[in-house]
Amino acid sequence: MIKAILIFNNHGKPRLSKFYQRYVRGRASLYCCNCIHSGLIGGSDNKLIYRHYATLYFVFCVDSSESELGILDLIQVFVETLDKCFENVCELDLIFHVDKVHNILAEMVMGGMVLETNMNEIVTQIDAQNKLEKSEVSHICHWYQCALIVL
Amino acid sequence: MSDVVERTLSALPGLLGQQDPGAGPGGGPGRVSATSRLGGLIRSITALSSKHEEEKLIQQEQTNLKATVSAPTTTLRLMKECMVRLIYCEMLGYESSFGYIHAIKLAQQGNLLEKRVGYLAVSLFLHENHELLLLLVNTVVKDLQSTNLVEVCMALTVVSQIFPREMIPAVLPLIEDKLQHSKEIIRRKAVQALYKFYLIAPNQVQHIHDKFRKALCDRDVGVMAASLHIYLPMIKKNACGYKDLTESFVSILKQIVGGKLPIDFNYHSVPAPWLQIQLLRILGLLGKDDPRTSELMYDVLDESLRRAEINHNITYAILFECVQTIYTICPKSDLLEKAAKCIGKFVLSPKINLKYLGLKALTYVIQQDPNLALQHQMTIIECLDHPDPIIKRETLELLYRITNGQNVTVIVQKMLDYLRQSKEEYTIINLTGKIAELVEKYAPDNEWFIQTMNAVFSVGGDVMHPDIPNNFLRLLAEGFDDEKEDEELRLYAVQSYLSLLEEEDTFYPQKFLQVMSWVLGEYSYLINDGDPEVIITRLHRLLKQTFVTSETKAWIMTAITKMSSRMSCSKTVDKLIQEFSTSLDTCMRQYAFELKHLCENKELMKNLFPLDASCDEIMVDASLSFLDGFVAEGLSCGAAPYKPHHQRQEEKLSQEKALNFEPYGLSFTSSMSSSGFTGRQSPAGLSLGSDMSGNSAEIGQKETNCLKLDGVRKLWGKEGYLPKKENKTGKEDKTQPVPQDSILMAHVVDPPLMQSEQQVVSLSEEEKEKQQLASTLFVGLGSNSTISLMGRADIITQKLKKKSKISETQNSEEASSFQNIAALPFSPLPDITPNNKENFQGSEHLGLRKVSLSSSEVLEASVSFDTSQSVTEAGLDEQLSNCRLSTSSLFADSNIEVFQPPQNIPDIVANKAPLSLCLPEELAGHPHSEIVKLCSSDILTVYWCKVWTDDCSLLVLFVANNSTSPLKTVNLVFESAEHFKIFESLSCHFPVIEAQSMESCQKCVQLEKVCTEGILSGSISYHLDTDTHLEFSLTFSLSDFIRPMKMTTEDFGRLWLSFSNDVKQNLKMSPSQGSLSIALNALKQKLKLHIVEIIGNEGIAACRLLPSVPCLLHCRTHARTLALWFRSSCSALPDSLLYQCQKVMEES
Repeated sequence: MIKAILIFNNHGKPRLSKFYQRYVRGRASLYCCNCIHSGLIGGSDNKLIYRHYATLYFVFCVDSSESELGILDLIQVFVETLDKCFENVCELDLIFHVDKVHNILAEMVMGGMVLETNMNEIVTQIDAQNKLEKSEVSHICHWYQCALIVL
Repeated sequence: MSDVVERTLSALPGLLGQQDPGAGPGGGPGRVSATSRLGGLIRSITALSSKHEEEKLIQQEQTNLKATVSAPTTTLRLMKECMVRLIYCEMLGYESSFGYIHAIKLAQQGNLLEKRVGYLAVSLFLHENHELLLLLVNTVVKDLQSTNLVEVCMALTVVSQIFPREMIPAVLPLIEDKLQHSKEIIRRKAVQALYKFYLIAPNQVQHIHDKFRKALCDRDVGVMAASLHIYLPMIKKNACGYKDLTESFVSILKQIVGGKLPIDFNYHSVPAPWLQIQLLRILGLLGKDDPRTSELMYDVLDESLRRAEINHNITYAILFECVQTIYTICPKSDLLEKAAKCIGKFVLSPKINLKYLGLKALTYVIQQDPNLALQHQMTIIECLDHPDPIIKRETLELLYRITNGQNVTVIVQKMLDYLRQSKEEYTIINLTGKIAELVEKYAPDNEWFIQTMNAVFSVGGDVMHPDIPNNFLRLLAEGFDDEKEDEELRLYAVQSYLSLLEEEDTFYPQKFLQVMSWVLGEYSYLINDGDPEVIITRLHRLLKQTFVTSETKAWIMTAITKMSSRMSCSKTVDKLIQEFSTSLDTCMRQYAFELKHLCENKELMKNLFPLDASCDEIMVDASLSFLDGFVAEGLSCGAAPYKPHHQRQEEKLSQEKALNFEPYGLSFTSSMSSSGFTGRQSPAGLSLGSDMSGNSAEIGQKETNCLKLDGVRKLWGKEGYLPKKENKTGKEDKTQPVPQDSILMAHVVDPPLMQSEQQVVSLSEEEKEKQQLASTLFVGLGSNSTISLMGRADIITQKLKKKSKISETQNSEEASSFQNIAALPFSPLPDITPNNKENFQGSEHLGLRKVSLSSSEVLEASVSFDTSQSVTEAGLDEQLSNCRLSTSSLFADSNIEVFQPPQNIPDIVANKAPLSLCLPEELAGHPHSEIVKLCSSDILTVYWCKVWTDDCSLLVLFVANNSTSPLKTVNLVFESAEHFKIFESLSCHFPVIEAQSMESCQKCVQLEKVCTEGILSGSISYHLDTDTHLEFSLTFSLSDFIRPMKMTTEDFGRLWLSFSNDVKQNLKMSPSQGSLSIALNALKQKLKLHIVEIIGNEGIAACRLLPSVPCLLHCRTHARTLALWFRSSCSALPDSLLYQCQKVMEES
């Protein structure tokens, strides 16, 4: 099972953190500081698997039931999906659209288990959801404008 | 209307200030809104230079946010924006609990986009047991019923992330329906949500296992893949139940490997690699130890191996899983060959990731194929010096697995080297544990054993597992079969510690100091030519060190006390008493006073601290008879008699909270009490009670007269052990006394490995060293060598084998109680010493009782000094016998002889228990199960039966001797089970069972961890011509430990409200079960519930889990369904009871 997914930049600033198991808050933030230097966190069973892209570290904390190389490529799938959704993803996207990144992640990993590894499928889902939401939002904007005009 | 205007106006800045959120991501640098508040926050945080400033900024931000979110005018849109900022704050590690409730509100009220952020915030902020989560349930239920797919998806996502366990029944039917949904994404997420439920409450999804099968056969690959998540843990738990699915799994894997999936599922042109990995694991679990199932998968495994030949990371992952599966299932030679080749490729690869995989695979297969490790020995040696710590650690793990009596010194040396370098706590804990285990198992001689353990203690320090010092001390104390050997080991330990303590101001970890002081206190008398005064001086010096904690000080004080009991008088002790009598540390002061009083009465002291008696059984007066006088006095003064816990609880419930106006019952007269308890005296001085032999005192006397220090060899210097020839430790730069080469050379003996030696000529010096190291490391491995790896357990040099009489299961318990005894042979009452409390909390129930008893007794002894010595002596003896008497009477019923007429033809006793098999009289009145046969041989038959008494579940075993000659030494031993605990011990011993007769024994079984059903296994062995060993297992279910709990409806109501753990479930009733009362009566009979009241279609019942954990049941019938609602103070109990009820309802 995947215990946690963390993203932070070269300076150790956290950019995304998602825990699939309850952690004590103090320790969770501590992890974010020390992760880069140590190879292993948590108890006996946890392993850290990370990949480094440009300015970002993608770190997955998993237990012994996950295949290490499998996770390594899952990170690759995640990053490639982000790239497709954001069109040339960069650190700023992760900062300002944390909620969207979380949504993409939720399509891939659900409750600590790999749900979907098919990139096209993930992108289709995200697009469909965006479209639905967009239509609803524009509908509401329209309602607001009407209200203003009535005034 | 004005309200609308106001809301609209307040929303305006948010609308204008933010870029249209609907525009979505994408589009160059313009995608970040310049005026967005999140942007502002992040920018200002980036600009900061210190943590302190950041804290201040966030605090300010949080104050703003708090004001905004709690203002009633805040629109949902603004709220959404606030939530994103809150998420950011939380990510930085600042708790913002004020926003949690608003996140839930947002998820409830917002439109799609806002709802999504609300759900996201909830899943990031809250944890599974958060109380606010209950407020989310309604929203989830609503969204699950929505026609909007996105809403359903969101609800399913949040359910699989966090959901309160008690509320599962509320959403379970909805999610079950979703399994038939037309959209595959919904089906997939529903399966995932059910997986989550399976993890947190497996019993509640038991009835939908068929639906998982349907999901496995789903036409969508994603749904099928999701269902594998559920199957993996289920198969892990019970492989036999899913053997029929093997073919399905194999055919799925075949299709994937054959490229039958849509091209979408390819990753770097490998078809669905993650799915393959998952399937391979499942196959491995299914094929384990099952040749028929394994047969089915050989082809597909071969195919997988062949296809996965592209050079890419992910194919290596698949290959690794293949290899693991091949070695897990029943072996097939050509597959093994291919797998071995694969491992070789991994190990030899220069890539770190692959090397790591290779080593991991080697570690896994080493048990079955030690030759493989031999093939790669040179690579493994190189890996030992690999710069990557993970590789190094994995190599050590591998070496740990191949350790045997011949290579233990080299491997442990390597491990110690690594241990010295590593700073990480986890590594130290892990490695010290392994070293200690290896050393204990394979140590070639005493010196090496003590030295290595010293290194472990000083490096492992205080982070290592407490079992290590405990086991070490136990080993020293219990010794081995050879008495002389034991003496030598102990003597060596004492000498080495003495020389370690010689150095002033050296820092040692607390645990190490504790070990040293215990050993010195216990065995320093073994040094014939040393002066105990010197040892005491050294210990005294330690007491004054600042780094020594008060717990360690207690150990040292105990050691000094023990030693001073063996010498007539000592200046140092007097000085020490004087010094600590005025100490500010109350604990130390107490020790000093006790020591002072003991020193005044040498004779008593010697009785209290007999020589070398740490392993002797301590007689414990379990009936607490020494308190009788005290109790009688209390009773005569009007105190209430003692009642057990559950009785008190029941009475409390049945009593109103009103004042008691009735007079107390008649009090005992004091004359009566004294007459009733004469003849029983408190067993003072019994605590360390081995029976004191006269000659132990003699030895003590002799030693105090002749101990001298001069002439003691100096074995230990500042840097460690010094070679024997050195007499003085003058030079400090003498390090590492045993040169590694000599060890290495000494062990190059194995003939088959000489082959590699012959090549050495052409190799460089460095290579030569490696070769040597290899041959020492891998000595004893492989089929050619004299000793095979598989025979690890019975290597010749097993000097330090544990005594066999102690079964493994008892070890931990003993160790912990041992620790207490070691620390406390002379301690004040536990509640006075804060440092001793820790020990008590950690120890087992049994140990705790022992120790607290002994300590109180000692205290009593020290208080009653003024009584004349002869009286104490006489009393002591009397108490000893007294105590024996009382214990034997206490345990008398555990060994009851059943008289039985002789049986002429034992064969008649085939399957049915003989008529003469009957329960002992005092048990016959209790409900019990039928007496059935458990196991049998020609000579002996075992029957068993459960007896359900009010306060425990008894397991009664009858052992019948069918033969015509008496059976000697029949031993019945239970294995320790995860869920159960057996009193008083795990074993039962019959010295002799006469021909054609029967013995019985009874054990009290207690449920330690709530479970629905568990297996208790054990074995019986006896000796008749040859040793015979019979194994048996029996099942205990939860209902064995359930007893009715009597109470009134009012009490029920009160108790109901006080419990927090509850579980609800609806059960279908069959027509035969008609009314509620019939159903409830069935439950009452099967589960031993107490029905409190039935009104119309509602009923309440109560029961307790032994000893006294109450559980309440409320049930109601409604149109052929029975709604059950359990509540209890124990979280796991309702769930398991529900399962039992389900079973009962299905059966009836």
